[in-house]
Order: sequence, then structure tokens, then C-alpha cells
Amino acid sequence: MHVSRDVDGNPSPSPGLVDLFWAFLTVSCSAFGGALPWAQRMIVRNRGWMRPDEFTDVLALCQFLPGPNVVNVAVTVGERFRGLPGAVAALLGLLVLPVSVVSAFAALYGRFGHTEALRGIFAGVAAAAAGVAVAMMAELARPLVRRHPVTAAPVMLVAFIAVGLMRWPVLWVLLALSPISIALAWRSRA
Amino acid sequence: MALGGALSALARLFAPLSLLSFGGVSTVIPEIHRQTVELQRWITDRQFADFYAIAQAAPGPNFLLTTLIGFHAAGLAGALVATGAMCGPSSALVYLVARVWGRFRLSPWRAAVQAGLAPVTVGLAAASALVVIRAADHGVAALAVTGVTAVVAYATRLSPLWVFAAAAALGLTGVLSP
Repeated sequence: MHVSRDVDGNPSPSPGLVDLFWAFLTVSCSAFGGALPWAQRMIVRNRGWMRPDEFTDVLALCQFLPGPNVVNVAVTVGERFRGLPGAVAALLGLLVLPVSVVSAFAALYGRFGHTEALRGIFAGVAAAAAGVAVAMMAELARPLVRRHPVTAAPVMLVAFIAVGLMRWPVLWVLLALSPISIALAWRSRA
Repeated sequence: MALGGALSALARLFAPLSLLSFGGVSTVIPEIHRQTVELQRWITDRQFADFYAIAQAAPGPNFLLTTLIGFHAAGLAGALVATGAMCGPSSALVYLVARVWGRFRLSPWRAAVQAGLAPVTVGLAAASALVVIRAADHGVAALAVTGVTAVVAYATRLSPLWVFAAAAALGLTGVLSP
């Protein structure tokens, strides 16, 4: 990896395709329960490819657009340094190990998933995974409800009832509710 | 279902969901459940809960649920097609927008769109949690495990892997099995 200089004469990193691949491969191995903090640590602290504020900016883009957030981070960081090949290298690095591991699990599950011991284990882990889903949701909801109690809480409730209880298609709920919620956010902007 | 038919069905299911997954895959988990369990009947409720658990417990991002459904439907090719369909469209969009992001990242409508989408996606994450609870929990003991895990994961910095290990050990005793 060679180091070039930016306009202020500071060294500006220029990771190659292999660097990008390995960095996101490492992120994918350590990313238990939420990969974003690991991606941030890798890119900002371990490799020094971006300043914290630059990474915050990338994160804003990646949370704005659809798609798994850490996948979006890989694409954005790869694109920033090496264009399309960089985005592909970072994405492959992020995906190759988890997809292999999970496919191996899926094959084992297909063969042994019905045995009594595994049925017991899955009864436990599936219940615990559902609990983690509740905790993740609560963590996301807390700052929203605190900051916009009048607008955010009713929108959340309607989305929950429409999809969770009424089981309406997510597409229709997004199309109907998002414009209203965006209009509310527009009116209450500081 | 022939392999080609299965692969194209996976792509047709996940590629549109990729572009709807604002805030991450939890936004579309209720839709994945509705399509794969209720409408298409590719997998059972129990398999859905098990796949969700594997995706949470394995290293890597938790959209791997789609990889597992793909593998179940059509083997390794299905796993790759499902993963590609879930990540491809959104990644292409991110790639295109990243190049012009500097131009509109500070615009007020960008902030309003983001602030407006947030409560919708969190409401959908709550719906996901309910869908997963319904699929996973059969009986009071399993519901109790879910409740305790939710409190521990929310209130402490303990790695979820420890909770998963404890829950697996408890499950092995058979007290959680229906």
C-alpha cells in the first residue's frame, strides 16, 4: 500500500484491492451482533483510511439508503478508494466467509436438524435470538421517542400494527406511511 | 421445483426486498416471513425461527437469514442467488449515490427524508421482533428465555454469544421443547 499526499500535505491512504478485501474479511469474522462498530474500528482506528468525521459521513449515506448497513459501508469505502473494482473487492471480502460458514450450517441443519438434541438447542437459541431482536428494536426506538415523542411514536405504532399484527405487505405500508412521516419530519425540522 | 425455477423464484423474492430494506434487513423480515412461510410455504415457522437464530449466532451480518433460506430452497446455488439478490440491487444503488452524495448530503430534504423514514423502519423492526417471537416461542418457558435475553441484551454490554450458549444449554435439557 503506497501513501500519497492530500491537498494539505497530509498522507492520504490509498488501500489496494487486496487491502480492501482483507479489511472487510476481518470485519466479517468479528462481527457478532452488529457489524457496524467493527467496520468503524477497522477503517478509522486500525487502518487509518478515514477520519472519524469522514466515516460518520459514510455512515449517514449507508443508513439513508436501503440495504444491510455494513454491506453499504463496504461498497462506499471500496468505491471511495478504488472505484467499481474496490466496491466489489470490499463486498466479496465481507461476504465470502459468512456465506460459506452459514451454508455449512445449513447443510448440517438439513441433515441433523430434526434430532432431539438439536431440536432442544434450537428451541433455546431461537428464543434467545428473538430476545436480541426485541433489544435491538428497543435501542433504536429509545432515542426517536425521546426526541420526537409526538410524531415518531404514533408512526412507529402504526407501522408495527399494520405489519406485525395485521400482516399487511411491507411495500404498501412503506408507500403509505413514509410520505406522511417525512412530511411530519419536514414540518418539525429545526 | 426445478433448480432454475427455484433460483429465479429466490431472485424475484429478494431483489425487490433489497430496495425496500431501509434501515437494514429487519425492515423486510416480516415480508420474508409472509412470503416464504405463509404464501409460498418453502419453509415452516420453526425453520424460519431456526434460520433466524443461526443468522444471529453466526459471525457476519444478520441478513444471512436470506442465505439460509436460499440454501434450503436450492442448495449452494440458492444460497448464492439469495445473497446476491438481497445485496445486489441495494449495493448498486449505494454505488451510484456514493458518487454524488457530497452534492445533496447537506440538503434539508435529505435530512427530512431520513428523519421521516426512521420511525417507520423502527416500527417495522418491532414487527420483525413479533414475527420472530411467534415463530420461535412455543410455551411459557421459551417466552421467558426471550424476555430475559431481551433485558440482558438491552441493559448490559454482555456479548449475546454468552446468552445464546446459556439458552442452548437450557434447551438441551428439554425444558423448552414443546
